Amino acid sequence: MDWVVFVVAAAACLAGALGVVLASHPVHSALMLVMTLFGVAVLFVAQEAHFLAAVQVIVYAGAIVVLFLFVIMLLGVDRTENVRAERLPGQRPIAYLAGAGVIAGIFLLARTAWVSGAESVAGVADGPGSNVEKVARSLFTRYLLAFEMTSVLLVIAVVGAVVLARHSPSGGVHGSEES
Amino acid sequence: MSVPGAWYLGLAAMLFTIGGVGLLIRRNVLIMFMCVELMLNAVNLTFVTYARMMNDIGGQVVVFFVLVVAAAEVVVGLAIIVSIFRRRADATADDISLLRG
Repeated sequence: MDWVVFVVAAAACLAGALGVVLASHPVHSALMLVMTLFGVAVLFVAQEAHFLAAVQVIVYAGAIVVLFLFVIMLLGVDRTENVRAERLPGQRPIAYLAGAGVIAGIFLLARTAWVSGAESVAGVADGPGSNVEKVARSLFTRYLLAFEMTSVLLVIAVVGAVVLARHSPSGGVHGSEES
Repeated sequence: MSVPGAWYLGLAAMLFTIGGVGLLIRRNVLIMFMCVELMLNAVNLTFVTYARMMNDIGGQVVVFFVLVVAAAEVVVGLAIIVSIFRRRADATADDISLLRG
């Protein structure tokens, strides 16, 4: 049963990933990305990361992909693109070679050992209690400072997005060349 | 733990490679962005798999932080794309080669 879940979710992930890369239409790419994100969420559930699976669906599939689709529709770039066209000479073969090199390197290095080191440093992942409780206990004790700093990061991101996308008609720094 | 963690890690490696190759071969900046998201998801899957293999909740907490950073990155990146589009109606990375402000 676990194998069935893994194989189906992995196939959905890989098909979605290939779809993102190969689809010629940006909207199709975004929908394929949703498929990959759902597959990864299923794999999270299969590994008892229930909280992260929920966050994955809500934040990624719910917010980020919707943001992508929103920008695609807002900018009106929902037209097909010739995927085969190649402007930089040799870009595509070099990219394939680099990808093959990366995956061959990972699998060659992984022939010795996938995992080593001390176990359960930040707290056990199994045992009694729900997954949400354990993530929260670790997040609000051991990683509290990092958690607080993510709020600062989010504020900076929001302010930066507003500044970048601001429409300044009086010839400011942004958008001064548009007219 | 019937499916060994190595299978998850292999899948994550393949997802990461697909994302990386897509980042290199596509020129639409929005799709390049989606490929970055693919790579981030592959790394998240690796973290969760190691959290299970090492019986350590820290891996899952790190994934939480990666999600936050990814959200912030998407917001800022899409703002940059919108601001580029406002000057020139084109989504091709090769054409955005001028560094003039």
